[in-house]
Amino acid sequence: MIRRHLPVLITLAVFIVGYLICLAQFPSFASTRVIGNLLTDNAFLGIVAVGMTFVILSGGIDLSVGSVIAFTGVFLAVAIERYGINPYLAFVLVLGIGALFGAGMGLLIHAFQIPAFIVTLAGMFLARGLCFVLTTDSIPINAPAYGQITEIAFVMPGGGRLTFIAIVMLVTFAAGIVLAHFTRFGANVYALGGNRTSAELMGVPVGRTTIGIYMLSSLLAALAGIVFSFYTSAGYSLAATGVELDTIAAVVIGGTLLTGGYGTIIGTLVGVLIQGLIQTYITFEGTLSSWWTKIAIGALLFAFIVLQRGLSAASLRSR
Amino acid sequence: MSSVIQASAPRTLPKGLPQVAALLIVFLVNWLVFRDFFALRLQDGRLFGSLIDVLNRGAPVAILALGMTLVIATRGIDLSVGAVMAIAGATAAALTAEGYPLPVALAAAAGVGLACGLWNGILVAVLEIQPFVATLILMVAGRGFAQLITEGQIITFVSDGFAAIGSGSFLMLPMAVMIALVMLLITHLVVRYTALGLFIEAIGANVRSSAYAGVGTKAVTIAVYMWCSLCAAIAGLIVTADIRGADANNAGLWLELDAILAVVVGGTSLFGGRFSLVLAVIGALIIQAMNTGILLSGYPPEYNLIVKAIVVLAVLLAQSPVLTAVRAVLRRKA
Amino acid sequence: MQPTRERPELLEIRGLTKGFPGVLALDHVDFTLHAGEIHGLLGENGAGKSTLIKVLTGVFRRDAGTVRLDGQEITARDPADALSLGIGTVYQEVNLLPNLSVAENLFIGRQPHRFGLVRTGEMRRRAAELLSGYGLAIDVANPLGSFSVAVQQIIAIARAVDLSAKVLILDEPTASLDAQEVESLFEILKGLKARGIGIVFVTHFLDQVYAVCDRITVLRNGRLVGSKPIAELPRIELVSMMLGRELADEALHRNQRPAVTGEPLVAFKNYGRRRLIEPFDLAVRPGEVVGLAGLLGSGRTETAKLIFGVERADSGQAFVDGKPVRIATPRDAARLRFGFTPEDRKTEGIVAELSIRENIVLALQAQRGWLHQIPRGKQEEIANRFIKLLDIRTPDAEKPIGLLSGGNQQKALLARWLATEPRFLILDEPTRGIDVGAHAEIIRLIERLCEDGLALLVISSELEEIASYSDRVVVLRDRRHVRELSGAEVSADTIMTTIASH
Repeated sequence: MIRRHLPVLITLAVFIVGYLICLAQFPSFASTRVIGNLLTDNAFLGIVAVGMTFVILSGGIDLSVGSVIAFTGVFLAVAIERYGINPYLAFVLVLGIGALFGAGMGLLIHAFQIPAFIVTLAGMFLARGLCFVLTTDSIPINAPAYGQITEIAFVMPGGGRLTFIAIVMLVTFAAGIVLAHFTRFGANVYALGGNRTSAELMGVPVGRTTIGIYMLSSLLAALAGIVFSFYTSAGYSLAATGVELDTIAAVVIGGTLLTGGYGTIIGTLVGVLIQGLIQTYITFEGTLSSWWTKIAIGALLFAFIVLQRGLSAASLRSR
Repeated sequence: MSSVIQASAPRTLPKGLPQVAALLIVFLVNWLVFRDFFALRLQDGRLFGSLIDVLNRGAPVAILALGMTLVIATRGIDLSVGAVMAIAGATAAALTAEGYPLPVALAAAAGVGLACGLWNGILVAVLEIQPFVATLILMVAGRGFAQLITEGQIITFVSDGFAAIGSGSFLMLPMAVMIALVMLLITHLVVRYTALGLFIEAIGANVRSSAYAGVGTKAVTIAVYMWCSLCAAIAGLIVTADIRGADANNAGLWLELDAILAVVVGGTSLFGGRFSLVLAVIGALIIQAMNTGILLSGYPPEYNLIVKAIVVLAVLLAQSPVLTAVRAVLRRKA
Repeated sequence: MQPTRERPELLEIRGLTKGFPGVLALDHVDFTLHAGEIHGLLGENGAGKSTLIKVLTGVFRRDAGTVRLDGQEITARDPADALSLGIGTVYQEVNLLPNLSVAENLFIGRQPHRFGLVRTGEMRRRAAELLSGYGLAIDVANPLGSFSVAVQQIIAIARAVDLSAKVLILDEPTASLDAQEVESLFEILKGLKARGIGIVFVTHFLDQVYAVCDRITVLRNGRLVGSKPIAELPRIELVSMMLGRELADEALHRNQRPAVTGEPLVAFKNYGRRRLIEPFDLAVRPGEVVGLAGLLGSGRTETAKLIFGVERADSGQAFVDGKPVRIATPRDAARLRFGFTPEDRKTEGIVAELSIRENIVLALQAQRGWLHQIPRGKQEEIANRFIKLLDIRTPDAEKPIGLLSGGNQQKALLARWLATEPRFLILDEPTRGIDVGAHAEIIRLIERLCEDGLALLVISSELEEIASYSDRVVVLRDRRHVRELSGAEVSADTIMTTIASH
């Protein structure tokens, strides 16, 4: 029981220790402002990480999410500002495009048995390329709806703002938890990651589940793109480069096994928050440079990968 | 080169024909949109022209593809080459800016590259972490280290010797092209005139049988990752020398993907086994020729991403049923 | 025990035939299973047991024959289809999902749900209830992988039976269980039998066969050898059915050679590894052939792998020329000029994609190191020499080895080691799955190598064969070296009685 939850417990411990260190140095970390900002600043990362968790749980990978976020932003900017399309209609359109895009990748992965990373690599090129076809400029979005939506926020005691986009992230996580742990689809995702052949023998609909997983990932990437466009109020082709790596790192640091089958959605939330914590600390510290974020995340990634390797070796030996 | 061209199974087409044909077709299309594509002129003892440009700009990816071919042939993958390029470039630039002589800077960059490869190799061969996962660590952290070295700045340097690696010329060809040719030659000699090539192909095709035959599978795997990182370090030096500065954020960004693409286009299977260095280099040139073609035809350079995506999909779809059929034949006869 | 013929016929297989290129895996096999019967299916590797199961469960298509279940002719498309028809299979390597909870494993695809949400509590309650019928009181919320193989197997059985299995096939379920776990498994089988389920029990443990089976069918080389009620089948007859020798036969003409004397080339003292093979003593002299005999799973291959460094010994000491040596990897063994042709040629022997030439020079090249490449001309010379010497049938040495027949692959693997001029060769089932002609050639080759002064350790299920060329034979049972036969004792009869005794 303990071993089963060990990775996520360690994730939680890392977060708590990290938070306490921050708190000891900068007492303002206790304020709801900092917490509100932590949630808001990492909202898009959290949303896309939910989808990535499903992908990784199934034993796959999705390298296209950063590009899909950028495409979404550019599409929204062009649709709303150039063609005057109602923002809400544009949201629906772009979510539909995202879902189709992911379903296409899932279909290729399943039908041709091509490694997921190379299919989603093609997807990454394609989505980024489509951005440039739409525009190479950074287009600001000035639609009134954007102003209204970004204004929505709960003011927490202590003055922190729980913004709309932070709420969207938290709702996405809640939905992700339900989907992963309380539906047949969720069980099928874990089954695929556990052992694809066994899953197939046991009657799991492998093709349908694979397509569903990548569809979900791209759909959530598109949702993250919408949230990111609220955050930046612009669409830019070069936005969100490298987000796929941050996302994968958040999922792994959240205790999900990169080889699939083991992990939790809630762990991913903590993983995202750890990344946010590191960034916030470095901002507060002032003298530390931003590249320490990457090194720290890389070190955590290494630690978790080796830990998981050790755990799986140990469980093999104990049989 | 006879050993490179030998076919792994009886086929009707000679190996490499599709790649060479694809390169010629891309050249032809480029010539159609830009009639001076094949024009060469000699200036200051160096050849200029679109064709030379393709070679020159394709050189870094071609060098990366050499190492990546070997890694993929062992059934691995190295996602960290772009980050290693940035680290090596930053190392050399920082040392040069501090006034160290060129050989020291170059040796340090190569040493850093080898160390990165050793790290990847140990994770893959000794800790037995999946290559994709193992090299992801350096892919994430590597740029951080590069920025640590450059302290977040773009380090510029004044060193004609160093700059010559990127923009100089030798025997009428750009230096980068010469370096790529030399690396191709060295890599070819190392794998085909020692037993490494045999060991690499054996490991990629069946690691267990190879180990049972007494092949030192771990040592070979580590060596291959080290060679891959060394290639990345050299590519990083060229890129750094070309702009006379080390940009830790953008040097080699996403080039690992181009390198993998070049290897796949060059016909080496992602499932390991038989490999071809020459065809991987041709793969790199195909990619670069398409880039150049898009530029020449007046489209924004970013369009080549879409073209690349289409090429990846086309190659995968073309290879996938063929590969399956070949494997089915092998299995049936076995 | 009531006579089986009074029970209805549950599963009726007639004239089942399945061929693969170059080998007829099943040749007009008949098999009848009654309801409420535990039916042992026995045979050595390559006898056709797994092919029979795979044809039955839809993994392979049959070439000819009929399968009737409850009188209805059936053809399963795949294992899931077979299960829905009523044929469930449980493998030694449990084919469930170790990362999912026990309850999920039992109910995946048919979880109770409401409004699209799985009713986890209800699912767990039902799972616990189902398992309590098997005497299993465990927390079904825990992942399957956290339980022992024995428990996992019971869960797999419960799942198969719950999914309407009328026929339950157990493929070597006891191979990794301890005595007590086997006992509780048998209790469960007896319970299922009482419920009228027909059980096909594949195993190579004779004690277990006699403990639980009502009837036994033996296959050999793809053919039906016979099917008898257990009461009419003494142990020695069963072994002879499996290994293919009638006891009435005269003892085979042995090459009566003078006993090989002198110092052993290789010796192992108290050599063993926990859970793999009990510590054993073994010595082989130059010019001597030592045979390892025993049923499948008795520890033959395990002994070979331990000696060759594929597995690391955790007790005892190895000696070469009387000096202690350390063998931790195959590379160490190869350096000591050992050679090993494994039983599983495809996954442990050949490198299918590479050419015959490359496969032949691989071990020699590995010994020389990567720097000292054998020149291409020399490689071709070596390859062609062995192709001629061993009569490997191929148009040329550049053909991928995967395209050769089994016998020719085996010769190429022998060539791989002979090229290294070994002193000690371990051959694991060198004649398995190859045609009669090549078979005889390989035996002649073994005798020739021995005359050349090599020390040989040969594993084979063919008792005639092993008795004919071995100077001594070590008999294994239940992962232990139980007896060493030498001189006049080396005969198929004695080997067989030693295997069958208990």
